[in-house]
Amino acid sequence: MEEGAPPRLGHQGVAFAVMVALLVAAPFVVYPVFLMKALCFALFACAFNLLIGYVGLLSFGHATFLGSAGYITAHAAKVWGWGPATAILAGAAAAGVLGLAVGVLAIRRQGIYFAMTTLALAQMIYFFCLQAPFTHGEDGIQAVPRGRLLGLLDLNHTLTLYFVVLAVFLAGFLIIYRAIHSPFGQVLKAIRENEPRAISLGYKADQYKLIAFVVSTLLAGVAGGTKALVFQLASLTDVHWTMSGEVVLMTLLGGLGTVFGPVVGAFIVITLENYLAQLGAWVTVVQGAIFVVCVLTFRRGVVGELARLIRKPL
Amino acid sequence: MIPILGIPPQALFGQLLIGLINGSFYALLSLGLAVIFGLLNIINFTHGAQYMMGAFVAWFLLQYAGLGYWWALLIAPIVVGALGILLERVMLKRLYGLDHLYGLLLTFGLALIIQGLFRNQFGSSGQPYTLPAQLAGGQNLGFMFLPNYRAWVIGFSLTICLATWFVIERTRLGAYLRAATENPTLVQAFGINVPRMITLTYGFGVSLAALAGVMAAPIYQVNPLMGADLIIVVFAVVVIGGMGSILGSIVTGFGLGIIEGLTKVFYPEASNTVIFVIMVLVLLVKPAGLFGRAQ
Repeated sequence: MEEGAPPRLGHQGVAFAVMVALLVAAPFVVYPVFLMKALCFALFACAFNLLIGYVGLLSFGHATFLGSAGYITAHAAKVWGWGPATAILAGAAAAGVLGLAVGVLAIRRQGIYFAMTTLALAQMIYFFCLQAPFTHGEDGIQAVPRGRLLGLLDLNHTLTLYFVVLAVFLAGFLIIYRAIHSPFGQVLKAIRENEPRAISLGYKADQYKLIAFVVSTLLAGVAGGTKALVFQLASLTDVHWTMSGEVVLMTLLGGLGTVFGPVVGAFIVITLENYLAQLGAWVTVVQGAIFVVCVLTFRRGVVGELARLIRKPL
Repeated sequence: MIPILGIPPQALFGQLLIGLINGSFYALLSLGLAVIFGLLNIINFTHGAQYMMGAFVAWFLLQYAGLGYWWALLIAPIVVGALGILLERVMLKRLYGLDHLYGLLLTFGLALIIQGLFRNQFGSSGQPYTLPAQLAGGQNLGFMFLPNYRAWVIGFSLTICLATWFVIERTRLGAYLRAATENPTLVQAFGINVPRMITLTYGFGVSLAALAGVMAAPIYQVNPLMGADLIIVVFAVVVIGGMGSILGSIVTGFGLGIIEGLTKVFYPEASNTVIFVIMVLVLLVKPAGLFGRAQ
């Protein structure tokens, strides 16, 4: 962790080392629960970015996977008494299975229809969560025990929990980094740029899309499960379409298709919401305004602009 | 009276009527989305907010200008349509060269802004809107009671839908529109002002949403979030029907409204989700949508 990244990564390695150093030092300066929230959303946004940034698929229902993983993790930890690691894995697995089902259906339609299909399927799952007994409707699953990680680390200790969350985030981040820079990732980019040509070269585009979709939903599930343990709560907010909109906003603001963009975007959006929380519906107005400004004048996002300045991909 | 499949006929026909009403709104909204998508290649996420604005304009007119329902039916679509035209000129036209997704994201952001502003001003509770006096009361049809206003909503929205179909499929103006959907560059080369046509088409699609909002005002309360969840259902309607066909949008809208109404009678727990379930089935059997062309 202190070394950052292997030397061949160049400037991205430097950026990664800076990010890790900042995140290790941060809990001694900033309120750790706020940082953990931002880290969960950063992982969520990175998982989302794997689809929109590298396959060109806009999933407008990604909250489904965050929220339902949160419910499964909370239920496993509270009702079944599972440890935190297995509970998070159960949540992620549930999100992955759901992702497989949603992916198989949504990938049958292209472009804009894909976005509408994922949104509609997510709304269906939202209504399921609203009515299913184990989610406790409007109350959500409250007082979820954090437990001891592998029987060793007491997660009720805030700093311990913080470093566990940080480790989870970094693991997810590196998995996505590895996926993007592998031959698999190159095929994804080929599909994004020109799907018919990728197909004519013999790549089964739909299978690649589906694998990317499931990987993304698994990682969104890890983020959701971790978030449920941090806040000791799984609620309807995390499956609602407004949450799906938020992750789009984070990724767009940080920079679509950049490695570090979603992380930066998540931290900016969570910070903003923290300051605007007293203002009620103004939060929505500000979020909407950021959408409009980003789409009209700032399509590269914060990190994308930065990368253009130094003329290297970030 | 004889129960049908164990359901009293009053309940059955009552829910069918509500289904038809919802179906009218689905049809009007998905029709507007389809017309806009055809020419602009943009999915108008602001559509739900514009439907809500239509209802609010009606409420403003009654509250502050003393102008009743019939004036609202005329003025609200014009006002909201004009705002839509402004939006298209100032913002949407900058996105035509870009990926479709940016249009979706921009209009999503606009919907958040509009709904947030209205919520700040009016809170989340609804404002009641009184029925126009001419349409109060109802008819006893023997097997059910038919409120006049509901009969009016179904009849009027069906008329608007069919008129739209007629204009697009059977007139010269509609022929230009369909040609511009296929190949805007070529149509422009024939001396037709395509950018102006795009602007007016957006205005027209938006005013259909506002019209639906005015009609919804006396039935549902006028509420800042009345369009927020509705637009997602309309997206599902559009995925089921496919946006290639005008008549397809109308049939799908009314049909799904009826199915939703029947679900409320026979299996109420699924009434929120039945349209999404149908979407799943259609995607499995006919991925391009019932009336869609394979892309």
